[in-house]
Amino acid sequence: MATILAVDDSASMRQMVTFTLKGAGYDVIEAEDGQKALDKAKNRAVDLVLTDVNMPVMDGIELVKNLRTLPDYKFTPILMLTTESAGDKKVQGKNAGATGWLVKPFNPEQLLATIKKVMG
Amino acid sequence: MSVDLSQFHQVFFEESYEGLDVMESALLNIDISAIDDETINEIFRAAHSIKGGSGTFGFKEIAEFTHVVETLLDLIRSDQFEMKADHVDLFLKSVDCIRTMINQFEKGVSCDMEVAGELKAAFTVLLDGENETSSESNEADSKKSAQPNDSHSGAEGWQIYFKPELDILRTGNDPVRMFRELSELGELSVIAVTDDIPSISDIDPEACYMAWNLTLFGGATEEQVNEVFEWVVDDSELVITPLMLQSDTREEDLETSPNVGVVVSEHEATIIPETGENEEIAGKEVAEAKQTTTKKAVAKKEVKTESASIRVGTDKIDDLINMVGELVITQSMLSELGKEFSIENLPKLMEGLAQLSMHTRELQENVMRIRMLPISFAFSRFPRLVHDMSKNLNKKVELVLLGEQTELDKTVMERIGDPLVHLVRNSLDHGLELPEKRLALGKDEMGKITLNAFHQGGNIIIQIIDDGAGLNKEKILSKAKENGLVSASDHLSDDQINDLIFLPGFSTAEAVTDISGRGVGMDVVRRNIQELNGSVEVESKEGEGSVFTIRLPLTLAILDGQLINVGEQVYIFPLVSIVESIQTHDQMIHRVSGGCDVLRLRNEYIPIVKLWDVFNIKPKHETVEDGLLVIVEGDNIKIAVLVDDLLGQQQVVIKSIRENYRPVHGVSGATILGDGTVSLILDISGLIKLAGVGRDAYKKINDANDTEAA
Repeated sequence: MATILAVDDSASMRQMVTFTLKGAGYDVIEAEDGQKALDKAKNRAVDLVLTDVNMPVMDGIELVKNLRTLPDYKFTPILMLTTESAGDKKVQGKNAGATGWLVKPFNPEQLLATIKKVMG
Repeated sequence: MSVDLSQFHQVFFEESYEGLDVMESALLNIDISAIDDETINEIFRAAHSIKGGSGTFGFKEIAEFTHVVETLLDLIRSDQFEMKADHVDLFLKSVDCIRTMINQFEKGVSCDMEVAGELKAAFTVLLDGENETSSESNEADSKKSAQPNDSHSGAEGWQIYFKPELDILRTGNDPVRMFRELSELGELSVIAVTDDIPSISDIDPEACYMAWNLTLFGGATEEQVNEVFEWVVDDSELVITPLMLQSDTREEDLETSPNVGVVVSEHEATIIPETGENEEIAGKEVAEAKQTTTKKAVAKKEVKTESASIRVGTDKIDDLINMVGELVITQSMLSELGKEFSIENLPKLMEGLAQLSMHTRELQENVMRIRMLPISFAFSRFPRLVHDMSKNLNKKVELVLLGEQTELDKTVMERIGDPLVHLVRNSLDHGLELPEKRLALGKDEMGKITLNAFHQGGNIIIQIIDDGAGLNKEKILSKAKENGLVSASDHLSDDQINDLIFLPGFSTAEAVTDISGRGVGMDVVRRNIQELNGSVEVESKEGEGSVFTIRLPLTLAILDGQLINVGEQVYIFPLVSIVESIQTHDQMIHRVSGGCDVLRLRNEYIPIVKLWDVFNIKPKHETVEDGLLVIVEGDNIKIAVLVDDLLGQQQVVIKSIRENYRPVHGVSGATILGDGTVSLILDISGLIKLAGVGRDAYKKINDANDTEAA
């Protein structure tokens, strides 16, 4: 089954995302900031990255930039979780190499629909 | 699939409270004259997370309110709004407001929006004053634009020309995936346009040189088609035109599409949506997931009644699991030994038992560590408290927190909060002088209160240090005489005078202020701390400040005890209360009026309490000369307790007598010893009362002997 790396500094969001994705049969790895996510991504094959934007230590945009420099993550889908008010973040994220975004707040159904969109 | 979001609520509440604490302390640390980006970012991040979470988990009121707060923070962050001191207070009030809202949701009561409404209005004024288009209106715009501008849902299909940017693959977007998605909306025909593919020597293998002409048949709306290209539309050439006539559409539309001058080669492919097995499997999984969801939700509900949770680092849990593993190994080794035991295996048995005791001790220590939290949990409320209070009192105060990582039992932590608040309030109100007075005294205008925590022996020490006026000894003494707490002829040492402030019914506050002096005195502080098996003392120098020192046990469940025996009985003294143990000789014992024996030890007279007499049991030694005297201290009174013998020292687990039987004077609890017998743990304060050698008697003895000696 496909492995998804879920990155968010909020434990409740991580739990919700993980619970939803596992329920749909995906393997999920969690990380609470960009740096930890990057470390985990280096050590394991990940098929899709789902990351929050505003995080301490390393934010989502930096994470995307860093992931894209790794040969294994050149073409991996990376989705950002953004809020509607952060329109410029979408652009920044795209420029950094993000695949797309999911607008917060979202419900589990929307999350799965978006994941399906990239995972097929 | 439907997921019951309420299972995540508790975590959301907890992390939101933490976020609010972060916001609060960052706000209190803000230096208005030089706002540092990281601090604002930190505050913004916390607000942002709360907004995101509350939106996701359905707490609309919180999300809406936090959104306004976040919007202003965002403007400050991007230097579009200048933050002033008033705004800090507004943000602090918002923190309180969000906290209240979360609390109301947590308790399940309806949300009181009055304060939120007022604050929101204040924010709106600020935001409107800033002639920026607030992100709220941006949001409205984006919502509008997201709506379909023409609803061509009646169209027969769509003709789509799609030429992605060269870098599309490097963003993880794959055109094939989009086509697959489109194919789920209807029948799709795909024609590749390969005009722009350069010669082989110039090809970058990671770039996408292709363009496509797509024809989608069926009743998909334009919105649905747009959604497929949502992430790439900004960087691609995308033309979507409605398909009106079923016949000839392909040719016609191809011609109307841009950039299709000469079609060098065409590859046509039709993608049919996948159905069958995969979906069935997916369906099954979803159904299963649903089941587990409901199961978990039910379990959660059962536990929910007053579930005080504790957050424990995973390293602590890992240690525990590791240790239990060791214990199991030792246990299996011992039971192996026991199967066919012969005497030559004795060394092995001894070794196994030694291991067992080591692992048990480690396990005990680690289990106790689970309940330990850094004292920063108790300290965290003080920056705000001091901030608000110093404003109220017109004093300038710097608060220094030291040793915040010192760990303390959760229960002790919860119960030390109020006494600490009382002491800090006292220091601020009575200790620190007004700025003018401080300047006049040649002190720094800014007063300083330090909270310091550290471990010492098996105790945790918390100090509240201020550099204020110190205790006024004359005032304390005259007040104490006035209240009849000491007699006019008493000669008290400085420490003894300072200690008077902990007596019941003592308050020197000239006027009852809003902040302290509300009838709850230092005696309550001392009693609360003593209930935790702790003690509190004060040291003070007039004009230089005071130091309140609180000494607390690390945990309430386990006590370091000294075992003693009287006759057949074994009792336990808390080790902390023991001053010393001595063997006496005749010259040290004095008999005073009233038939009470006292011990003269280094110019101090200490009443002797015969334990066999108090508990009415038969001892080995009835007289002081034959037995041992254990000098213990409680409530600042020393007594010498006559016992038969000292046994070992050990940690004992306290079992409450009050809860299992009823309160017993002189006994604070019981424990079960290694041999299975029950032993009582002595309560020194209670013992003093029981033996009738309270403060009055103690004073009388020392007075009488003083005059005698004089």
